Amino acid sequence: MTQQAELLVDDQEKGPESEFETPGRWRTVWRQLLKSRQAMIGLAVLAVLFLMAYIGPLISPWEFGEPDFTAFYQPPSPEHWWGTTQTGQDIFTSTMVGLQKSLIIGLLVAVVSTTVAAVVGAFAGYLLGLTDKALMWVTDLLLVLPTFVILSILAPRLDSGSWLIFVVLLSAFLWMVTAKMVRGMAISLKEREYVLAARYMGLPAWKIIFRHIIPNMSSLLIVDATINVVAAILAETSLSYFGFGIQPPDVSLGSLIAAGTRPAPTHPWTFWFAAVLLIVTVLAVNLVGDGLRDALDPRAKARRRKRRRPAPAAAAGPVRPAAGTGRVQGTSEKAAGKAP
Amino acid sequence: MTTTETGITAAADTVGADGPVLEVTDLHVTFPGEPDDVRAVRGVSYQLRKGEVLGIVGESGSGKSVTSLAVMGLLPEGAEVTGSVRLHGEELLGRSDEQLAKVRGKRIAMVFQDPLQALTPVYTVGDQIAEAVLIHSRRTKAQAWARAVELLKLVGIPNAEQRAKAFPHEFSGGMRQRVMIAMAIANDPDVIICDEPTTALDVTIQAQVLEVLKAAQRETGAAIVMITHDLGVIAGFVDRVLVMYAGRPVETGAVDDIYYRGRMPYTMGLLGSVPRLDLGERAPLVPIEGNPPSLTRLPPGCPFQPRCPLAIDACGEREPELVAVPGSDHQAACIRAGEIEANNWGVTDIYPVPEIPEDTIAQVPRADRQVVLDIEGLIKHHPLTKGVVFRRRVGTVYAVDGIDLEIREGETLGLVGESGCGKTTTLMEILELRRPARGRVVVLGRSTDRIGAGERMRVRRDLSVVFQDPMASLDPRMTAYDIIAEPLLAHNHPKDRLRSRVMELLDLVGLSAEYAGRYPQEFSGGQRQRIGIARALALEPKLVVLDEPVSALDVSIQAGIINLLEDLKARLRLSYLFVAHDLSVVRHIADRVAVMYLGKIVEQGEVDRVYGAPAHPYTQALLSAIPIPDPEKERGRSRILLSGDLPSPANPPSGCRFRTRCPKFLTLSEDERTACIDTEPPLRGIGDTDHGAACHYAEEREVV
Ligand code: SF4
Ligand code: SF4
Repeated sequence: MTQQAELLVDDQEKGPESEFETPGRWRTVWRQLLKSRQAMIGLAVLAVLFLMAYIGPLISPWEFGEPDFTAFYQPPSPEHWWGTTQTGQDIFTSTMVGLQKSLIIGLLVAVVSTTVAAVVGAFAGYLLGLTDKALMWVTDLLLVLPTFVILSILAPRLDSGSWLIFVVLLSAFLWMVTAKMVRGMAISLKEREYVLAARYMGLPAWKIIFRHIIPNMSSLLIVDATINVVAAILAETSLSYFGFGIQPPDVSLGSLIAAGTRPAPTHPWTFWFAAVLLIVTVLAVNLVGDGLRDALDPRAKARRRKRRRPAPAAAAGPVRPAAGTGRVQGTSEKAAGKAP
Repeated sequence: MTTTETGITAAADTVGADGPVLEVTDLHVTFPGEPDDVRAVRGVSYQLRKGEVLGIVGESGSGKSVTSLAVMGLLPEGAEVTGSVRLHGEELLGRSDEQLAKVRGKRIAMVFQDPLQALTPVYTVGDQIAEAVLIHSRRTKAQAWARAVELLKLVGIPNAEQRAKAFPHEFSGGMRQRVMIAMAIANDPDVIICDEPTTALDVTIQAQVLEVLKAAQRETGAAIVMITHDLGVIAGFVDRVLVMYAGRPVETGAVDDIYYRGRMPYTMGLLGSVPRLDLGERAPLVPIEGNPPSLTRLPPGCPFQPRCPLAIDACGEREPELVAVPGSDHQAACIRAGEIEANNWGVTDIYPVPEIPEDTIAQVPRADRQVVLDIEGLIKHHPLTKGVVFRRRVGTVYAVDGIDLEIREGETLGLVGESGCGKTTTLMEILELRRPARGRVVVLGRSTDRIGAGERMRVRRDLSVVFQDPMASLDPRMTAYDIIAEPLLAHNHPKDRLRSRVMELLDLVGLSAEYAGRYPQEFSGGQRQRIGIARALALEPKLVVLDEPVSALDVSIQAGIINLLEDLKARLRLSYLFVAHDLSVVRHIADRVAVMYLGKIVEQGEVDRVYGAPAHPYTQALLSAIPIPDPEKERGRSRILLSGDLPSPANPPSGCRFRTRCPKFLTLSEDERTACIDTEPPLRGIGDTDHGAACHYAEEREVV
């Protein structure tokens, strides 16, 4: 059936873009990414957020943590662009500083935890045997530990400057479920003929894992990383909300939102700016994730094309869901249960 | 009725006893889509008389299946269907689903390729057939059940009373297809539409199922529409043929007219591209260049024009109509049909036949050539385990149970057998280059039980593989360039010559260098297989293992790949281990052949000897089961039908493994049988040749 559909994809369609060249993998991906409008919007928004976060405090007339004793709970005004808090701190400045932390924590945690998940899962699934047993034992152990409790015990003991350790801690508790999924996929990918082909040409296992196994799970991994950004920011937020996350005087969007919730009904500016920025960040990350997934997956292109012009076979037969959609769902469900 | 039809049936308008049972006129099916609609079927017309068998042939995407789904009213919503479908003069198109449901099953029945999809897994097959009986007739439950059992007997299910209580998944593929046929004939339908009913089955099972279909037809007098891509099945089974291409009928007529007096270049090419089981001499196959057109943006002219060797400018102006060949009901849609007729052109006259270079190694006597692969007493047993939590061993699967093979330089050994015979396991065992459980695998003089890692790497250079499914064997995330470069990189090919080598390989397999940057899914099936071959040849191997390399491809594409393999073999002095279930392809390409059954080799020898005079009863049955795309020969052949299915390799019969199905065993006396039951027959030479058969009572016999 698929073959039937593919025969319909005629040659002219690809046009002159595929001229005599052999671009490397990453260049192709990058070019695909540039073509994706949503990814570009997402990247642009993220860039703006970063710029704001780092330049904002510099251009603001107020220093971070500098109280204005003439203005408590002031609504936005020319002096205090986003208003002030109960202690007369400038909300714009502290939100920008908080945004810095949240962005860094979110992205770092996502990259670290997804990488760990991919490597651990792929090695366990591909090599099986003793490696698998050992890796899965560690995974299961971490999985049963009550994450939230541990984090809330450890976090207050950290020094205020050691948010990096906080990143490590958060990542350490986010990768296990994905690793298990990756392991399952690796076991099935291992049987694929292209993996067999690589094995029979003499490629060592680690090369096969990095060249064939992990790239072919990139949809899952990208989605997972996207969700992890969100999960990390939210986890940090909720921990901070309960006072266990980023410790004062450091701030993050989470601690700002936490501080702003009580006065929010009467002084909404204390809450809304941080909350909106959080939402914008999450959305932008999602956009980039979607675009990246399509760019990494050459099949996504063909899929989109096919969706536009359904082949007779595809339309006549029982319609199989496009590869990937099922996984995406699985991942988001998982993430919902996983955020500490 | 369209104007093009008037030649055939002037009297068909009267709906009498001798009128057509099913009449399809100018059927069009369009699947609306963005930006263009898919015009899957464009003007199909045919008539089916009582008891007649019509074959619809075409490659994938030709619209042959969509046509019959439209007739059954089984197309998904959104498909636009126009034209007319009349059953006994009654219009079916435009009826509601409810009304159609009454017709479906009662007067038209359908047999699908995959019966597992058509049978409900949670009911017993007896219940399902009984239900089909009950819906359309007034009977009691007990009567319906009795009828179900009777039908199962009719289609040759042993122990019908008990088996009726079994669930679909408890049946093998062939048995399930029988159940489907039983269900189809449950209500004495007037028309049975069979959509590739035997494509998923092994040849011996296919022969059984076709026999059952014939019996079912005799029983019910139903007309049959047989949809298939297999020109051999069509040759022996049908009265008339309709050839479809790009959603349109391009030629139709009596089966002999189509096979012997083709008037449309596509049909002729299709027939010329099939390897023949019955032809000994090695003529290259006729490949049809290019791929079928996209059904969304068809050019205005003849859809076959881009691939047609006879195309002239006039072909591009207008799509040719079906025009009758004078003096018969044979019609062809080609503006040059008259010329083909007048000059009496055959397929080799109109298609350029590729030149396969002379194989120089063939002149060296076999015994003087180097042994490339030597397998002795190879054994592979898998443990059979049960339970998920506590795995325990409950038995052993004797997947490969002591086989010997030898391939010499420049030679192609065909390893054939039906699914489950152990040929894939053998292959994997060779490719793993591990020390086998028992036996020896020696590749180019290096035995796998005694080589270290470095040596193994060197063996891997000389041994490569091409897989069956060209989609699954290419990493979808890598470009053609990266795929072909991979083995080179793995074996430290100098980086500065990497690019030139990849381009050279692309050229070698007939792909243009500009394709290097594309991903596998942007290629057609045949092109993908060429990439797979290029990758296999990258390191200049001596031995290439080909695992069913053409079975996933359409016939016209298949021919091109087979020619390519033969050409490469002659030019690069390769040796092939060609694993296949299609014996026609093996006859075409192999020098020697080994037939496997249940983990053992039952017959081995020169291709022409084994095919010309097979000595083992299994080989004889296998060869006789394969339909030949030649209607006259097909009619003159008798099949040796095997009873039952392949026994489980976990529990093979004692003595000769084939004895449970052996037709010869049945003819033996009680005394003679003891040998079959007690002693396992070794592979013994016949005469003084190296043609050997593993049967106590081997006897050469011509079956093709
Ligand atoms: S009409 Fe022309 S292009 Fe079409 S089959 Fe005939 S000769 Fe070939
Ligand atoms: S040994 Fe006996 S059972 Fe086996 S194939 Fe020969 S005749 Fe048949």
